[in-house]
Amino acid sequence: MGFPPEPSGRVVITGMGAITPLGNSIDAFWPRMLAGESGIGEITLMDVSDYPTTIAGEVKDFDPELYLEKREARKVDRFIAFSAGATAQALEDSQFPLDDEELKLETGCLIGSGIGGLIMMSDQTKRLWESGPSRVSPFLVPYMIPDMASGYTSILHGFKGPNTCVVTACATGVNAIGDAYHIIKRGDAVAMMAGGTEAPISPIGMSGFCAARAMTTNNEMGARASRPFDANRDGFVMGEGAGVMVLEDYAFAKARGAKILAEIVGYGMSGDAHHITMPDPDGDGARRSMLKALKSAGLQPEDIGYVNAHGTSTPYNDKFETIGIKRAFGDHAYKVPISSTKSSIGHLLGAAGAVESVICVMAMLDSKLPPTINYETPDPECDLDIIPNVARDAEIEYAMTNSFGFGGHNGTLIFKKTVE
Amino acid sequence: MAEVFERVRKVICEQLSVTEGEVSDDKRFQEDLNADSLDVVELIMALEEEFGIEIPDDDVANMKTVGDVSSYVADKV
Repeated sequence: MGFPPEPSGRVVITGMGAITPLGNSIDAFWPRMLAGESGIGEITLMDVSDYPTTIAGEVKDFDPELYLEKREARKVDRFIAFSAGATAQALEDSQFPLDDEELKLETGCLIGSGIGGLIMMSDQTKRLWESGPSRVSPFLVPYMIPDMASGYTSILHGFKGPNTCVVTACATGVNAIGDAYHIIKRGDAVAMMAGGTEAPISPIGMSGFCAARAMTTNNEMGARASRPFDANRDGFVMGEGAGVMVLEDYAFAKARGAKILAEIVGYGMSGDAHHITMPDPDGDGARRSMLKALKSAGLQPEDIGYVNAHGTSTPYNDKFETIGIKRAFGDHAYKVPISSTKSSIGHLLGAAGAVESVICVMAMLDSKLPPTINYETPDPECDLDIIPNVARDAEIEYAMTNSFGFGGHNGTLIFKKTVE
Repeated sequence: MAEVFERVRKVICEQLSVTEGEVSDDKRFQEDLNADSLDVVELIMALEEEFGIEIPDDDVANMKTVGDVSSYVADKV
């Protein structure tokens, strides 16, 4: 086979990595998620005494020196360290041939972030006002810009193919994986590191989301506060972390003897054109995103065996997403199992869609659907099968994940288990 | 004077994540201590704070080694 090979037009996942509030690898977090555990608790990364929201899903005991040299580990913003960690795990999982320089010319990075280096921005803004412009770090700009997760990853591993970034708020992770899928499908790269990363737990991040009235203030509920589709939900719980997948052209992955985890078969996108933060009350953007994904995969709603919902636990999202799923799926909406794993790890913003894509693949591989935990009080407006509280055994061939972002960005991915 | 050199060395170790043993007067920042131009900017900023001095960019251009920086700071304080 010549190199680069003729694109097969099919894209497979050969490796995955994740850093989450329930564990700093897939092996660590996935069993806990299936067991119905929560990674939400009191915030320790900053002083929250003046904030209406004091809980979040923090990544615990994360050691950046596992993935970066000591000096770099100390310097980079947390969102870059998370993406470096998740990428290293994914590369290890895929046994990617990092010594193949020719392949690395055709290997790219598309790891998005909803916001970028908010901790860096928060700290340096404080320095600016307290000590003046001459005291602002020269690393503010490079470690704040959201594209540096991709840029940094390319430098770490020598990936010289397409190097880009998606910023679509909470749809970032899905758009990054979907756009990387397109890049490989049309032959612009043989392999891509694709996913999302976020580290928003900082004074400016918490105050901004508190001011937007988007987050829960049910602090006393703690680990039970993220309750998607429950009648008493009152806002999302902030999370942090990263998810990264190694995507490869199908024929190339097969030729190198890679272990293939799943195939990406569908990707849909749409815009709400409605409001800067509120979702379309008709669920129409969500509906069109799901239908476009189904159409691109050549599938019918009945083919989908599991939906990982955006399910943020805000009053609006869960209600309107339910409407969108009903309108896209028709009668099958009441039959397809749906869950929001944000119930156990919170909302990872730009990393959410990437980690939730990892979850879809794990659900297919293990034939186990993760639950929507903290579900207590039914909401008649959210009356679909949301896999309440307890994981479920189910053989599924196709899994779908939805992500919706401020700005009216909607993205949907469809994954297929059997690759032949 | 020895005290100034010691404080400069400490700042360099802290900023560049190197050990005291690696920081001798003849060590060049870029070539020997693996510091890029942004690292040097940040190091100079830290020295300005530590010693309460101003180090103009034009002067920084002439500082290639640990010894250059140490003697410059010693002259200023």
